[in-house]
Amino acid sequence: MDANEIKELEEVQAEVQENKFDRVENSTDNLKQKIGFNLLRGATWIILAIVLIIISHIVRQGIGVISWEFITEPPRSGMTEGGIWPAIMGTVFVTILTAVFSVPVGVFAAIYLNEYAKQGKITRLIRMAIRNLAGVPSVVYGLFGVALFVQRTGFRASILSAGLTLGLLTLPVTITASEEALKAVPNSYRHASLALGVSKWHSIHTNVLPYAIPGILTGAILGLSRAAGETAPILFTGAAFSLPRLPNSLSSQFMALPYHLYIMSTQHHNLGAVRPIAYGTALVLISLILIMNFGAIFIRSKFRGKFKE
Amino acid sequence: MSKKKIEIKNLDFYYNDFQALKNISLDIVANQVTALIGPSGCGKSTFLRTLNRMNDLIEGTKVDGDILLDGENIYAKGVDVVDLRKQVGMVFQEPNPFPKSIYENVAYGPKAHGITDKDRLDQIVEQSLRDAALWDEVKDRLDRSALGISGGQQQRLCIARALAVKPDILLMDEPTSALDPIATAKIEELMDNLREDYTIVIVTHSMQQAARISDYTAFFLMGEMIEYGPTERIFEKPEHKKTEDYITGRFG
Repeated sequence: MDANEIKELEEVQAEVQENKFDRVENSTDNLKQKIGFNLLRGATWIILAIVLIIISHIVRQGIGVISWEFITEPPRSGMTEGGIWPAIMGTVFVTILTAVFSVPVGVFAAIYLNEYAKQGKITRLIRMAIRNLAGVPSVVYGLFGVALFVQRTGFRASILSAGLTLGLLTLPVTITASEEALKAVPNSYRHASLALGVSKWHSIHTNVLPYAIPGILTGAILGLSRAAGETAPILFTGAAFSLPRLPNSLSSQFMALPYHLYIMSTQHHNLGAVRPIAYGTALVLISLILIMNFGAIFIRSKFRGKFKE
Repeated sequence: MSKKKIEIKNLDFYYNDFQALKNISLDIVANQVTALIGPSGCGKSTFLRTLNRMNDLIEGTKVDGDILLDGENIYAKGVDVVDLRKQVGMVFQEPNPFPKSIYENVAYGPKAHGITDKDRLDQIVEQSLRDAALWDEVKDRLDRSALGISGGQQQRLCIARALAVKPDILLMDEPTSALDPIATAKIEELMDNLREDYTIVIVTHSMQQAARISDYTAFFLMGEMIEYGPTERIFEKPEHKKTEDYITGRFG
């Protein structure tokens, strides 16, 4: 819920309390309404407060170390000095790889499931499997990534293995979001197109997909922003403890923000001294994810008006 | 005259176990308006949708019997549904323009069928909009969204969109039920003109509409076709008691 929506809610509530409630002042319905409203508002405020507390804590603790050097230099002196540049770029690269793997596969699977597959027991089973896959702990994906990509296919611990593992992790989100987006396109678009003697695939890609793309992209970005923050799946599959240079091929290992954060908060030999760096890393990671989420909001709002008058 | 355009022979239609059409046989005459009337759920829309095989989109449906279009069975093996639908256009109950410009709506079909030449497309769009009696109202705003025009204009746009792929037959599924009387009158006038070039089959729940616009009328009840014949005769001298009861408003 964003600030505008909260404001709207408040305005509505103020209006309701001022106008309508005066007329039925003493009824118990009125009291129930008031309690209900306040419960709902309370829940909203609690969420907002938690988010604000977390972010403000991280900003306060981390802003001190943020400098040009911090975001453009590799770590130095046993990671007690210098910056986190390789970790930033590692996360960016691995997220791009994740997108390359999961978005096309996810979108195609969603198109198949929603537009082509015969609806019945088997598709229901597939959907159930996909939803359950979304609930599998990320560390399990990590282990699976080791077994499949690092060992079986021989990609070793590399940015490729990590990207593929994260791709699997985001796949359920991408498929589900894409399917919802396709479902939201009215059937009348499909029927009108088919009734013109237009083939099914042409109808879908000219008259269904374009209207689903904002929803698909929004879902994909939200999935990717979750992947960008994951530690467990990359822990065994390619993330490096410390690596001063950027990955230069798909088989390179890489540093990543969430893993770096984990090291700086629990594994470093001088935890007290590097605490500010840990917070700085957290701040950069959160900023990166917020930027991605704002990107999703931007895409959605940009497309939202487009199909109306 | 009275060339048979479509011959329907012993048509049965099932939604899973439910038989929605029972042994329907009739001939639809070329360049005439045929109205299908009957109470809700009588099968008239289902019947209409068998003519361009739109029912194929619903899972669990089954067709028995033959539908011959110009002598060719449209349910025969190897019939390309896509080609069939180019020949048999359809206008739906709710105006359903695409959320594209007016121009793009009309050009959508021809473009999908491979016409890329801009002049040719312009020409098709103009002719289709003229045929749908919409050109004068929208010629200055072809690039504007089709969702910005009135419901009646949207429905005529949908007719223009269907005409743009040059079908022989136009199926209309209660095309005016979502429209006001003035918009309805315009569509009815339009259909009167279109019969010169097209064979029209229209489902309508309005008996007055059927009486006003159609040459032939088929009365459906509970999945059966009770009576079929020239509209005048059906309305003036119905042969069946049920038809008479329906058109005199005793049920429906």
